[in-house]
Amino acid sequence: MKAKAADKIATAIIVVFSLFIVAVLLGLLGFILYRGLSHISWHFLTSVPQTIREGGGIGPQLFNSLFLLVLTLIITIPLGLGAGIYMAEYAKPGKITGAIRLVVEVLSSFPSIVVGLFGLLLIVNTFGFGFSLFSGALVLTIFNLPLMVRITEQAFRSVPKEQKEAGLALGLSKWKIITSVLFPVALPSIVTGTVLAAGRVFGEAAALLFTAGMSTPRLDFTNWNPLSPTSPINPFRPAETLAVHIWKINSEGIAPDAAEIAAGASAVLVILVLVFNLFARWFGNLLYKIMTASKRMG
Amino acid sequence: MKAIDERPVGIADNPRPGRFKKHHMEDFAGRSYTTICAILLIVIILSIVYFVASKGLATFFKDGVSFSEFLFGSKWDPDGNHGEPQFGVMPFIFGSFATSILAAVIASPLSICASLFMTEIVPGWGKKLLQPVIELLAGIPSVVYGFVGLTVIVPALRDMFPGQGIGIAAGSIVLSVMILPTITSIGTDALSSLPRGLKESSYALGATRWQTIYRVILPTVLPSILTGVVLGMARAFGEALAVQMVIGNAPHIPRSLFESASTLTSVITLDMGNTVMGTAHSNALWSMALALMFMTFIFVVIVRLLERRNRI
Amino acid sequence: MKFKKPLLMFCTLVLVLMLAACGSKNASDSGSTTGSGTATEDKPAAEETLSGSVLAVGSTALQPLVEQVAQKFMGESQYSKIQVQVQGGGSGTGLTQVSGGQANIGNSDVFAEEKLDADKAKELVDHQVAVVAMAAVTNPDAGVDSLTKQQLVDIFTGKVTNWKDVGGKDEKIVIVNRPASSGTRATFEKYALGTKTEDLQGSIQEDSSGTVKKIISETPGAIGYLALSYLDDKVKTLKYDGVEATEENVASGKYPVWAYEHMYTKGEPAPEVKAFLDYMTSDAVQNGDVVELGYIPASKMEVKRDKDGNITK
Repeated sequence: MKAKAADKIATAIIVVFSLFIVAVLLGLLGFILYRGLSHISWHFLTSVPQTIREGGGIGPQLFNSLFLLVLTLIITIPLGLGAGIYMAEYAKPGKITGAIRLVVEVLSSFPSIVVGLFGLLLIVNTFGFGFSLFSGALVLTIFNLPLMVRITEQAFRSVPKEQKEAGLALGLSKWKIITSVLFPVALPSIVTGTVLAAGRVFGEAAALLFTAGMSTPRLDFTNWNPLSPTSPINPFRPAETLAVHIWKINSEGIAPDAAEIAAGASAVLVILVLVFNLFARWFGNLLYKIMTASKRMG
Repeated sequence: MKAIDERPVGIADNPRPGRFKKHHMEDFAGRSYTTICAILLIVIILSIVYFVASKGLATFFKDGVSFSEFLFGSKWDPDGNHGEPQFGVMPFIFGSFATSILAAVIASPLSICASLFMTEIVPGWGKKLLQPVIELLAGIPSVVYGFVGLTVIVPALRDMFPGQGIGIAAGSIVLSVMILPTITSIGTDALSSLPRGLKESSYALGATRWQTIYRVILPTVLPSILTGVVLGMARAFGEALAVQMVIGNAPHIPRSLFESASTLTSVITLDMGNTVMGTAHSNALWSMALALMFMTFIFVVIVRLLERRNRI
Repeated sequence: MKFKKPLLMFCTLVLVLMLAACGSKNASDSGSTTGSGTATEDKPAAEETLSGSVLAVGSTALQPLVEQVAQKFMGESQYSKIQVQVQGGGSGTGLTQVSGGQANIGNSDVFAEEKLDADKAKELVDHQVAVVAMAAVTNPDAGVDSLTKQQLVDIFTGKVTNWKDVGGKDEKIVIVNRPASSGTRATFEKYALGTKTEDLQGSIQEDSSGTVKKIISETPGAIGYLALSYLDDKVKTLKYDGVEATEENVASGKYPVWAYEHMYTKGEPAPEVKAFLDYMTSDAVQNGDVVELGYIPASKMEVKRDKDGNITK
């Protein structure tokens, strides 16, 4: 009887705590959306920010966040996958790979402002990329690479050994096994990792202040020449992302509606993360289906 | 994986050279590609470590601050506004540890419960409900966390406890929400990778669910959960923007949880932009970054040891 | 997904590397035209259509002003070929970058001499573009509307810890300070308190004006200081020695808590940088944007101050 009672109490506690977490999230989301949603309008999403007048928007910032995400993923995914595959499949287990793993983990919880200053001195100044989207993407890659490598490595390692051995028995080359046997199976975890990495791109502020910059030049959205300084798709122009913009108006904004803009921008940012999560999940599933099917045909 | 490593596939004894050449090339290309990526990773890591170390060690070698004065001194006055410059970072180290340990204390039970909920209580929809929740929590930017902390948690604490609401308590509450996803996802992974026989034999013996969880499951996954907790603490240790907004940033060891305090990261974030590179003050901030790196390193080593115990 | 995958990855990598190469070329190109501006732009013929890019980095407090003026500047037809970039990062970063030659202009809230070594500060040319005044502010419930210099010193050094001792309510004083490295704090300590203060146990330090204002407006008994452009009725603005913090009082020298906003260049500025700085100090901007953003035009000041704080009429 006592054991049953304990069981009931414990279950109740676990359920209550879990619901508490859900409540915290709902509260957080509710708070952010409640404060922000009323301020979101088409005008807000598309117009440029104002320094002191009311009615500024977040158009360029929104675009910058998305564009920076694309740029960062273009750099991070191939590099992270490559290094992760190396660690999982090629590297001989030993002191050095152990050390790499160790430092990779240290790096992934390093304060972003330090990495940002590293980016400022090395990427912006020494390499001469200037305050630009590209510098920002490189710095974000530094953040995300450890995460991507770790996740890729784990995903590859968790593929059942039998699958690999079956491939070997068929006389497939190692690279072939990696790309057509292991990769599709590991893909869902890798997609999750990418989502987490992307979340960081949307949310990072401290490191981007010093690399992608805190201001956006006038953008001409009809100019799609990637080398023109006013073109939105020029990767070598400075760009203020949404998170940086929120930070900026929270700290030094003097527009009369600064608080509302910050709230609205926060809501947009959270919605962006939400949509991106859903999209990545859907995309991961799709990719999984396509890839496993292609394996069967090949 | 080791077995595969040692075996060069079809290089030496393949009877069909044409087909085999393509394999060989593929393999070579793949191998070089991944190796290049790994080398790049190493280069990046080494350059950051070198960069932080070279700046951070300048405090000790160039500015002549002694190691023990830096680590154990409790007075922080790097510009020498009141006599000799002093570089005691003890209050910040204390603040960092206090906030991250407290955050872990708050977050761990919640996370473990969430993991159990997803794997043991209602494995089906429990996971469907909580998994996205956890991932969303991880996706909320820290600027927003800090702002919500300042708008909601600080006033609430101010009303409930003596003091201004700002301080270690507020910092750890904000951090605990931020590290929930880390601990929960590692805990969930560990719980779902348990062999089913373990649970089933316990139930077969007539144990209740709680007895099974408490006596069988938790002891088995404890090292993994601890890994999650330590990694969560490491994340809390390195978080800057959100903490800086709610902790108050006074360079003193606080007398209560509700009094202004600082962490290593909050001071770095606050002062870095205001100092000029190469000055003693700036170097001291880099030394703090180095200290931070070192502590994170220790956290990771602890995780490693836990994982090793787990494997046996 | 057979052999194409690695190829694809390689292509991406190559593309990235190529982009990287272009980038460095672009940057170094613009660097050579803007860095010192000696070689190409000195010819008088170039005078009408200046081109190039200007990078101003530094003080986050000054950033909104410079950014707004930069937008206007680039809108003028004769300057349309100049790209002005304004970035934050803090006064220290600005001075580091301009002193190291990576930025054309370093925005700073303080004199370079206060942050940089003397020999490095000597290379920099000061352009004072505006005056920022700041006022002590309290949470509206403190019940005080004027403090003397001595009272402020007592509060910020921890001698007085309750508002009733300076004529207010019976309420504990909560100090909301700036970090010791902040230019705003340096100004406040120098001209309002006349002494450096220590960070007291339990005092709050925040760097950004927005956060400072938020905390003061919500914490009972809080006191801090803000630039005039941030003041509104959420916080109570105090008189200093009975003098109100108004533009006239600052301009006439009656109200002493103010500082210059500086835009430093290394040596004499290149033509396009000079064009921008001239535009910044032109009457249209000084009486327009500068006032609009809550600064006081440098030209309006009836008193001048050097880096040691000596005041001249």
